[in-house]
Amino acid sequence: MYHLIVFLPLLGAIIAGIIALAGARQRHPGAIGPVDAFHHGHDDHGHGAHGHADHHGHDAAHPTGGDELTHAHDDHHDHGPVEPASAGSRAAELVTTGLLMVSAVLSWVAFFDVAWGHNDAHVEVMRWITAGALEVDWAFRVDTLTAVMLVVVNTVSALVHLYSMGYMHEDPHRPRFFGYLSLFTFAMLMLVTSDNLVQMFFGWEGVGLASYLLIGFWYKKPSANAAAIKAFVVNRVGDFGFALGIFACFVIFDSVRFEAIFAAAPGAAEKSINFLGHDWPALTVICLLLFMGAMGKSAQLGLHTWLPDAMEGPTPVSALIHAATMVTAGVFLVARMSPLFEHSATALSVVTVVGGATAIFAATVGLVQNDIKRVIAYSTCSQLGYMFVALGVGAYGVGIFHLFTHAFFKALLFLGSGSVIHAMHHEQDMRKMGGLRRLIPTTYWMMVIGTLALTGFPLTAGYFSKDAVIEAAYAAHTGPGMFGFWMTVLAALLTSFYSWRLIFMTFHGAPRASLDTMSHVHESPKVMLAPLFILAAGALLAGLVFHGVFIGHEEKEFWREAIFRSEANEIIHHMHEVPFWVVASPFVMMVVGFAVAWMFYIRRPDLPARLARSQELIYDFLLNKWYFDELYDLIFVRPAKAIGRFLWKTGDGRIIDGLGPDGVSARVINVTNQVVRLQTGYLYHYAFAMLIGVAALFTWFMVRGH
Amino acid sequence: MTDWPILSLITFLPLVGVFFLLMIRGEDEASLGNIRHVALWTTVVTFVVSLVLWAKFDFDNPGFQFVEQAEWLGGSVTYKMGVDGISTPFIILTAFLMPFCILASWRSIMVRVREYMIAFLVLETLMIGVFCALDLVLFYLFFEGGLIPMFLIIGIWGGKRRVYASFKFFLYTLLGSLLMLVGILAMYGTAGTTDIQALLAYKFPAGMQTWLWLGFFASFAVKMPMWPVHTWLPDAHVEAPTAGSVILAGILLKMGGYGFLRFSLPMFPLASEYFAPFVFTLSIVAIIYTSLVALMQEDVKKLIAYSSVAHMGFVTMGIFAMNPQGVQGAVFQMVSHGIVSGALFLCVGVVYDRMHTREIAAFGGLVNRMPWYAAVFMVFTMANVGLPGTSGFVGEFLTLIGAFKANTWVAFFATTGVILSAGYALWLYRKVIFGEMTKPALEGIPDLNRREVAILAPLVILTVLFGVWPAPVLDMSAASVDGILNQTQAAIEAAGKTAEAVGR
Repeated sequence: MYHLIVFLPLLGAIIAGIIALAGARQRHPGAIGPVDAFHHGHDDHGHGAHGHADHHGHDAAHPTGGDELTHAHDDHHDHGPVEPASAGSRAAELVTTGLLMVSAVLSWVAFFDVAWGHNDAHVEVMRWITAGALEVDWAFRVDTLTAVMLVVVNTVSALVHLYSMGYMHEDPHRPRFFGYLSLFTFAMLMLVTSDNLVQMFFGWEGVGLASYLLIGFWYKKPSANAAAIKAFVVNRVGDFGFALGIFACFVIFDSVRFEAIFAAAPGAAEKSINFLGHDWPALTVICLLLFMGAMGKSAQLGLHTWLPDAMEGPTPVSALIHAATMVTAGVFLVARMSPLFEHSATALSVVTVVGGATAIFAATVGLVQNDIKRVIAYSTCSQLGYMFVALGVGAYGVGIFHLFTHAFFKALLFLGSGSVIHAMHHEQDMRKMGGLRRLIPTTYWMMVIGTLALTGFPLTAGYFSKDAVIEAAYAAHTGPGMFGFWMTVLAALLTSFYSWRLIFMTFHGAPRASLDTMSHVHESPKVMLAPLFILAAGALLAGLVFHGVFIGHEEKEFWREAIFRSEANEIIHHMHEVPFWVVASPFVMMVVGFAVAWMFYIRRPDLPARLARSQELIYDFLLNKWYFDELYDLIFVRPAKAIGRFLWKTGDGRIIDGLGPDGVSARVINVTNQVVRLQTGYLYHYAFAMLIGVAALFTWFMVRGH
Repeated sequence: MTDWPILSLITFLPLVGVFFLLMIRGEDEASLGNIRHVALWTTVVTFVVSLVLWAKFDFDNPGFQFVEQAEWLGGSVTYKMGVDGISTPFIILTAFLMPFCILASWRSIMVRVREYMIAFLVLETLMIGVFCALDLVLFYLFFEGGLIPMFLIIGIWGGKRRVYASFKFFLYTLLGSLLMLVGILAMYGTAGTTDIQALLAYKFPAGMQTWLWLGFFASFAVKMPMWPVHTWLPDAHVEAPTAGSVILAGILLKMGGYGFLRFSLPMFPLASEYFAPFVFTLSIVAIIYTSLVALMQEDVKKLIAYSSVAHMGFVTMGIFAMNPQGVQGAVFQMVSHGIVSGALFLCVGVVYDRMHTREIAAFGGLVNRMPWYAAVFMVFTMANVGLPGTSGFVGEFLTLIGAFKANTWVAFFATTGVILSAGYALWLYRKVIFGEMTKPALEGIPDLNRREVAILAPLVILTVLFGVWPAPVLDMSAASVDGILNQTQAAIEAAGKTAEAVGR
């Protein structure tokens, strides 16, 4: 079964990829230039298409031999602004979506089987890398943690596939799009099912690749290309830490398999490792390095800059990758490595502080953004901070629970905003929206449900998980814990404000779009609304239904070995005993945030602009995202380029070549010119010199030999 | 082991092709076609025979196999051939890449086709000979002899500055090889033999090892190339015809790494131990320095050439980590780089054949007209970046893990290479492939033709296959690498004991 769950998406990706390539071939047949004689040699395709050698670009009337797709109607495609849809688009959509749905259903089966049936599984697939003591296999490790992730990934992915059939219906490159989506899903599944760190790294970088491809899906847009590269490179910075963490793990444990590592972890608590010239506690070093990877993938403060830019990709991608699944990989990693993190208080403190800082930072930036998707992106960033706060105080189950519920309501918000963007003909600026409530009521209500869940309205999914995070942070009774607590409480206020701001700006008030645009606003097709309904159901009910097993009294039974907590860690117990004001605080924050947003955007719509003018410094600071991009450009990007140029021109050019070969050759040329005046071609000259050398050697041996 | 000399057969088969080529006279289209076909079939047959070598190879044997021996040059030098798990992958790689080189030159070489093909076939003989030779003098002859056809290929069929490039190539390699020659003579003087197997068993005195190591290092470092003697490579690549670049990056560079493994480590273990930090330093500098330089390149081939230097930095680092992961990673990295960088140069060749320029700025938006090309180039770009699931990852990962065991500083700095490589490779891809197609000159550019697909498809398959299933290469080299490392470690430990004893 696990083979099916993981490899069906890969199969879909391959099929969609083949369809995409075949379609591409049909539009842009290869050069039919000079007959290439190689094929005559094989005499299987022996047709000689004698054609013009240089210019044969779009002559689709001569499809290359062996091309079975000659039946399509767009042989004579024009070069107008709209490209025709790629052949087989419908087939690619149906195949990938169908396979993903099968995979999703199987995931739920697996979820109940593992979490309640206690049927943990370990599946060997095949050998991968073997070198000395290092043995890495392709293998699946399925426990409750993995099962939860399987459900999240496959459910959201299947819904996003379905939604994309509607959202992308005008796009000419749908097979490629669906191929990428399925490829992403496969990589993500490899990540969460991995039984060792290296396979996890495979999935880790694999989702990075898919993310890169999908952000840059509209490759004609320079901004999309830039965002794609940024996402990949910034993630690589995190992966740099992850890789070093894997190396350190191997040095300490002599294995990269989770089973071996976890078994040896208690014994390694006292060990130290020499890293960069100092002896450090081994587990702290490993955990911090791995956490660096998590920070990259989960867009935590410092390595977050790629996530908002990633919104350049199509909206379904944002929902799947940049909200529900890939960005939570970091959270998953820390939870997975809980047996190591539990032994390092330092690492856990760092996790909490970074999480808390990210939660508040992203929320402040989210306050002033005007792009509907960017607001949600910053919100995602902030919510990921919440998850890390929970992990950092040892409440791994709470962190994963928030991951689980967040997947539903954040995917809902993204797909809902996609529906808005779709209705507005790809307008994303909220300043040009407003008054959409009556025109697209279904989307409106879905967005409201998502917002309620995000802000933690009682009994919605967010209410259970987010409040649990805040309570856990308080219950930790540690310095970092308290920091996390106050940051998350404050962030809850901001979250409520910016979420309602989004709703009010988009759906309420007077329309700010042109009359023409407004007259074309339409509700999305059913294929896009159906996923919204399902996600909305999840956003409303996931907390109510599952909080008992994830963080309630049955949680020990539920998680079992999947999450490790040391004897001293009784956070879940303490969590249920926090004072009333702590429990009430997120609710109060939510109400205050709503009230302020209502005041600002419904009651007194002139207030925001006046406030922005009076507090220009702060406003600009927030609007420019704390100037992180500018800062990084200044301290990393420009210097790297400058150094690169310097090393090339001065280092290689002047110093090495100047003192070495060029200098020497200049002398040699001078000398030879003056003395022998050699006018022959240099080449034979050197070849000749070589031969003389070889001959001399021979002679020497001959003489010696006799 | 076998009753027929398979190694000599593989080595000299290309010369049979040369013989046939010499028979063909005429410059008309038909004889040009014959010339190309003879060359192609010669290389294909050689490759098939090399597969026999693979099939018959004993994976568990750490020593030399298929050994052949004959008297030569009056008894002081023997003609001795043999392979182990380190050399065999390179022989197969060489034989594998040659047909692609011939195919890549199918239409792009139109002048002196016969001479060109002869040069390539001779080069193949010499390259395979390097990996088969079990006698120092024989090795040296093959090793240095390979330069001559390469000179000719760059110098005659090269680009505008071909003379400068071959000049540079010559100066560097001559200097290196002369020092190695001195080393070889010194070894003969001391040990009284040039038989590599005998020399492997011979224990050179510690003081002498240092000098011998340096002599060999001079030659291998230039070949690799290691920083700071790398500057010949970008020029040579830029000027060489596509197939020349493929061979240069795919095979010739590997001779340096092979030399370190065959000679430096097992024959001069003490010196290797002593110089390891030095090599680490150069490797790290190579990785970071050339990656930064690659970021700023304006010529596609130059960028890939610089990235080759960076990748070779991983190889030297892995070799001198002197543990199984590092050394096996180095071998794998060399094989993988042979495939990937060869493929990248072929990709450059594809657009060069169409546009006759390699300037990055001349391209842009190719995906709009060449989707298949874009897909293939993406695979190799990702392999170049070391994405897991491609062969590039396995070698990089293993060498880094080996380096981490040896010295965390080294691993730390070398790992920054993964960030930088992503930077330059994706930047290149974006500039060449993505974006709107705005340049009128590119409007009519056609996608890959069937010959090009036939060339690139096997390389794509291998890149991915070795990424998920590297066992064929890793298993082949495992026993021999263990053998070398055991020998090296034993020598180092023995020396340590002696030193202790003297100290007392």
